[in-house]
Amino acid sequence: MRRLATALALLLIACSAGPAVAERLVVSLSNHRVAVTSNFVGEELVLFGTIEPDPAGQLRPPYDLVVTVTGPQQTMRTRRKQRMLGIWVNVDSREFVSVPSYLAVLSNRPVAEIADQETLRKLQIGLNYFLLPQRIGPDLADTVTDDPFRRAFVRLQRQQGLYRESSTAVTFLTPTVFRSAIAMPAAVPTGTYAIEVELFSQGKLVARTNSALEVIKAGFEQYVADAARDYGLLYGMATALMALLIGWFASVVFRRD
Amino acid sequence: MQIYLPIADLPVNVFLVLGMGLAVGYISGMFGIGGGFLMTPLLIFIGISPAVAVATVSSHIAASSFTGAISYWRRRALDIALAMMLLSAGIVGTATGVWLFTELRALDQLDLMIGLSYVTLLTIVGGMMIYESVQAVLRTRRGGPGTLRRPGSHTWIHGLPFKLRFKRSKIYVSAIPVWAIGFLIGFVGAIMGIGGGFLLVPMLIYFLRVPTATVIGTSMVLTLITMASATVMHAATNHLVDAVLALILMVGGVIGAQFGARTGQKMRGERLRLLLGLLVFAVGLRFAYELVVRPEDLYSLRYVGSG
Repeated sequence: MRRLATALALLLIACSAGPAVAERLVVSLSNHRVAVTSNFVGEELVLFGTIEPDPAGQLRPPYDLVVTVTGPQQTMRTRRKQRMLGIWVNVDSREFVSVPSYLAVLSNRPVAEIADQETLRKLQIGLNYFLLPQRIGPDLADTVTDDPFRRAFVRLQRQQGLYRESSTAVTFLTPTVFRSAIAMPAAVPTGTYAIEVELFSQGKLVARTNSALEVIKAGFEQYVADAARDYGLLYGMATALMALLIGWFASVVFRRD
Repeated sequence: MQIYLPIADLPVNVFLVLGMGLAVGYISGMFGIGGGFLMTPLLIFIGISPAVAVATVSSHIAASSFTGAISYWRRRALDIALAMMLLSAGIVGTATGVWLFTELRALDQLDLMIGLSYVTLLTIVGGMMIYESVQAVLRTRRGGPGTLRRPGSHTWIHGLPFKLRFKRSKIYVSAIPVWAIGFLIGFVGAIMGIGGGFLLVPMLIYFLRVPTATVIGTSMVLTLITMASATVMHAATNHLVDAVLALILMVGGVIGAQFGARTGQKMRGERLRLLLGLLVFAVGLRFAYELVVRPEDLYSLRYVGSG
């Protein structure tokens, strides 16, 4: 069902975008690999790009640009507390299945001004329109934008800096050259990130392209994380031994008698 | 100075964590407890996930209790026989606790259960300790002996069969309460992610009449073995032990414990018990407050899995 809807949406976009002759987007990322090392406190990447005219040499400014960055998928549960017998207990919860762990919607002006609601929904542009499927009984479905659990989920992710929507992150240096800053918080999950770049002119999608980046642990961090995952028992014994050594060392250093 | 923790997946301030290690280490050295019931909530407070906090704290407790155990061993102030007896039942208790932990987690009510057990256990134990030590302090004020003479205070526990003699502690008790206490400590420790020293010390004093001279050293040996094996078990099954975080905590913890132990030895037993009672009670109240007061945010997120 979802696939059919996507196909339909793509068909509609293809129709609305007019003939295949259109502007082309050329983008480049300052860095395709974010290395999480022991002094990692977050990083800012820069995406540069230009708008190339269509084969007929036509350009139709002014343009609007939206960059959507999505991190590796994960499943999260949003829980709501309620007072029961005088204490606050988690009574209700919703599971958000296969949602991006990181989601940034970056644009040159508020997405609501770039295109109409219908287009935004079809293209899943903006935190309000991005598909966040919830498990409802046996089905998976996204609810209305103002569903309290969806709102709470987006709000909590925004507080962590993992979800963000910025209408100033994309800057046009000339009418056809742009740059966009992509901020990665310190708690950014590792994995592959997809970058979708969409170009609008007068509320219509005229071109799109994509890119990707990778967030990996590097150096000592990676060594420790790999050891913990692949050699759990050995890693545990090493940690326990380290505890004993430090304990013994302290008792020798601080010995009074 | 920020450092990125490889397993907890977030950067922390080294000096903040080191300071926490020192502070908790000081308290643990002073009272002869592991300090898990203080450290675990502190780590969760600075943003480390509860699962990683519980797993990592076990290695920190192992380090500080080893330092403590060595210094008590040098002064011949520990009872290995009693510790081994408690340990044999403690392992069974831990296994049962881990099983229940997994069951509760599946029901999504683990947080509530942990909160409730902290409140109940800490306020009751803390309250009892405060009451008992205030009585003792008042008795000394009136000029009487601080602690009642042990031979005169036999209870029904001393009437139980299977009696064993623990030479170092100079006690002659039934194996049944020893095993029961060992089981309870192992069980509670696995459920709440604590070493259980603050429970074990008063239980050994009140129920088994273990003299104050050997009680702390004995409790430390037990804590050392359970926490070292908990570290290995957590690392092997859940891959949640953060060695970098553990290292910072340990260094702070062992230094703090040295100074704490010196302060503790200078203080009178009943004063020390009163202080510990107040501390335990306060932490219990803190958890109660969290359960009763309307939370700032009614919603919370929990990571279920990747994909």
